[in-house]
Amino acid sequence: MIALIDYGAGNLRSVENALARLNARATIAATPEDLARARAIIFPGVGAAGPAMASLRDRGLDQAVIAAIRTGIPFLGICLGMQLLFESSAEDGAACLAVLPGTVGRLPTREKLPHVGWNTLEHVRPHPVLQGMEGQAFYFVHTYVVVPRHPTVTAGETTHGVPFVSAVARQGLVGVQFHPERSGTAGLRLLENFLRFANVEAAA
Amino acid sequence: MLLKRIIPCLDTAGGRVVKGTHFEQLRDQGDPVALARGYSEDGADELTFLDIDATPQGRATLVELVEQTAHEVFIPLTVGGGIREVDEIRTLLRAGADKVSIQTAAVRRPELITEGARAFGSQCMVVAIDAKRASGKDRWMVFTHGGRTPAGLDAVGWAREAEHRGAGEILLTSIDADGTRAGYDLELTRAVVDAVQIPVIASGGAGHPKDLAAVLTQGRADAALAASIFHSGAFPIPQVKAYLASQGIPVRI
Repeated sequence: MIALIDYGAGNLRSVENALARLNARATIAATPEDLARARAIIFPGVGAAGPAMASLRDRGLDQAVIAAIRTGIPFLGICLGMQLLFESSAEDGAACLAVLPGTVGRLPTREKLPHVGWNTLEHVRPHPVLQGMEGQAFYFVHTYVVVPRHPTVTAGETTHGVPFVSAVARQGLVGVQFHPERSGTAGLRLLENFLRFANVEAAA
Repeated sequence: MLLKRIIPCLDTAGGRVVKGTHFEQLRDQGDPVALARGYSEDGADELTFLDIDATPQGRATLVELVEQTAHEVFIPLTVGGGIREVDEIRTLLRAGADKVSIQTAAVRRPELITEGARAFGSQCMVVAIDAKRASGKDRWMVFTHGGRTPAGLDAVGWAREAEHRGAGEILLTSIDADGTRAGYDLELTRAVVDAVQIPVIASGGAGHPKDLAAVLTQGRADAALAASIFHSGAFPIPQVKAYLASQGIPVRI
């Protein structure tokens, strides 16, 4: 069963709808117990780092996410859901989950911020979830970006005035800065890759 | 590189898509969900629903329409038309909209922009501006109520204020050009693009792929919105995008 983490930050609906299109059923995980039962986890996110971390802590989900990732479970972080996996964010000065070494900072660009719209994913490192994604365009809405401490975590880059890390991967854990659930066919294919990777029975 | 966006606009009323000329003479153009799905499959980068039916029944129909569309279409969806309250914004976002477009209510009570941006983020708040050239001048005035009521605001100044108050994007429609298929108002578009830092979506007047190319280059718009050029089937999206790409404009193919 795929668990979609619900911590009151943003709309889970669009991810749920996209998974439904792929004939995958997702359960909404709002407690540590829900997460413990999951076979794969999607961590979506829209909003700001500070309130999101506070909401995760209030629900006891911060430790549950860290514990789940430690088991090696297939895990996909989307947008803020990827950023929160790092140690801290310059947005709200928030301490985050510290699953991945590195920080989150404002995109140091002269171009318009927030970075809103379609942009391409490049320099994709081989990973089953990112297979076929080199050069594909995805939909981005963000101002902050992840800055991994070790380049080995970086799995893809995008350029908005300056290059930034738009995908990360470490074993079963994948994070993307863009919104696959809003990125048309390419986004659905990425989610399908994740489902296959997670070996979740797609058919109802 | 950030790509230029092509956005089909579906004017809806009573759950159907309609389109008029100079904001009048509405004609039925079909089922919104089917059109939305088709455009998404054709490579539209976003979709905009503008509801011109502001009745309470119309609003309930619109929310249903957004829900149905969100089940089938996986690109960003903006919804506008008669939105006055933060609660309405919440309802539409929960139904599956990614952004809302506010126009008359923002003119009447600009705090609504800030309230929406605080509650849901600037990226959700599109401020729509309908502008008409002041006769013989390089100056454009804001109109509301479907282009009928002068707001007494300068379009460029109002765009700046909307940005300052938390708008994430400006949807700029030229009343003079709308429905003419004679091209966008490039001067108006450029004046607003140069005045704000946030993305500007140009609207009104598209009749040929060349018009979209012009507004995305000379007009410096971040996105081009169009309706009848797509609804009529005259220029399908793949053809428009292939033309834009051939002109060196970065688009998602």
